[in-house]
Amino acid sequence: MSYVKELIPPRAPPALAVRSLAPARVAGIAVLLLWAALAIALAFMMINGWDQDKFQRYGPRYLHGLWTTISLVGLSVILGAILSAPIAFARMAKNKVLNSIAYAYVYVFRSTPLLAQLFLIYYGLGSFRPQLESVGLWWFFREAWYCGLFSLTLNTAAYQAEILRGAIESVPRGQHEGAAALGLSKRNAFRKVILPQALIVALRPYGNEIVLLIKGSAVVAIVTVYDLMGETRYAFSRTFDYQSYLWAAIFYLAIVEALRHLWAFIEARLTRHLKR
Amino acid sequence: MSGFFSALFSALDPLCGPVGLFSLFGSGSLVACGEAGWGDEIAFGVKVTITLAIATLPVGLVIGFLIALAAQSEDKLLKLAAGIYTTIFRGLPELLTLFIVYYGMQILIQAVLASFGYEGRVEINAFFAGMAALAVVFSSYSSEVLLSAFRAIPRGQYEAGDALGLHRSRTMLLVILPQLIRIALPGLTNLWLILLKDTSYVSVIGLADILRQTGIAARVSKEAFFFYSIACLLYLILAMISSVGLGFVERWAKRSEGHR
Repeated sequence: MSYVKELIPPRAPPALAVRSLAPARVAGIAVLLLWAALAIALAFMMINGWDQDKFQRYGPRYLHGLWTTISLVGLSVILGAILSAPIAFARMAKNKVLNSIAYAYVYVFRSTPLLAQLFLIYYGLGSFRPQLESVGLWWFFREAWYCGLFSLTLNTAAYQAEILRGAIESVPRGQHEGAAALGLSKRNAFRKVILPQALIVALRPYGNEIVLLIKGSAVVAIVTVYDLMGETRYAFSRTFDYQSYLWAAIFYLAIVEALRHLWAFIEARLTRHLKR
Repeated sequence: MSGFFSALFSALDPLCGPVGLFSLFGSGSLVACGEAGWGDEIAFGVKVTITLAIATLPVGLVIGFLIALAAQSEDKLLKLAAGIYTTIFRGLPELLTLFIVYYGMQILIQAVLASFGYEGRVEINAFFAGMAALAVVFSSYSSEVLLSAFRAIPRGQYEAGDALGLHRSRTMLLVILPQLIRIALPGLTNLWLILLKDTSYVSVIGLADILRQTGIAARVSKEAFFFYSIACLLYLILAMISSVGLGFVERWAKRSEGHR
């Protein structure tokens, strides 16, 4: 019988293979250099092509366009949230008819492009002018701004209804039962137990939806609403200066990034009791 | 041979073929095929929309895959570079990206040609510009989907590949990629449906897609509601067909998982 009499003495680990320039690092530096070159080129283009006259003429228009975009998106998010509640409840209802109507609404608005919906409302409903005039709604559908608001609202309502439904259904059954066991009425149980938990789940998708809507709202420029994109197109059609698009890009990126960070802050603040 | 295929395709054309929707139900109306109506123009628009979406998909997927690889690498600089890309193109409206790519490429090509001494006006192909812009947007979203799929694959899979003596690229191809596709498929399905909708933006730069063709028909015939409803309906049908088709693909991808 043999056994180990002496252990192998401890040895130093093999030297780490030091690769000073890994392919990943080379690629990273190359792409970053590319980004830097692009940024410098853009900055150069902006400084070189700086025109005080253009700035004075189009600067205020851009700010006005920014305000139009923000008010359009803000209003349609609020109106869409109001409209989404009944749709979400219809979608959760046991009634087959109600359920399928809500499902059809959501399906149609989520699987057709916003641009087509906008054209359908702005140009399409325009061909029903006599009927609309007799109902007294023509003032609404005549204005491109109202049509943009209307189509954005209908569109976001469909998305928000799905978010709301998903969030409410994500609350476990036990919460309903617990509330019932405590003798809370259905109404109170929903308001005080289900909804607060659902809204925390819905917070992140709501943020994404607002970002998507800000980006989607650029389409209203095509039906002659002078939002940020509309003013940009106006400035470009007058000056043929490529900078006009770059300024719009800066504005949009600034809004979206600001909103993203604000939303992350709100979420961290509202869910601080859930942190472990 | 190509004549046979083109004959086969025109026979199976779902809109204006012998058994097409428009030829069966639209004859004598505004959507009749041929000279009488707008059916064949709209059918052409459908073809352009589908071609654009299918042409964009592989380009966007490949760029997105590379960006996802960069974003999950251990190198900080590469991560930063990928982060800048996704931040920019996820933050810009698709319409603005399209304009920036369309006019930017024109200016760029013009500048390059001018340095060679060519001083003509350059008109860039709207299909190509639309494809480039949509691919950029698609890749920045798909990189996020693929990145989260990468994170769902445990480290042990890479280590097992190493232990078997597979080269890193073989591990990626044989071990990681099949799992990656399976995990990322639902997210990519969503992105495909979004891409299909986003193709409508190219109508703004003059490409003859569904929305452009129905828009022309609407302006000429003054039946805006009818034609834009048809546009919406066509997009709806395309979305339905793709979600059914992608459902099959998803089931096929999950065939080895068994019932749980």
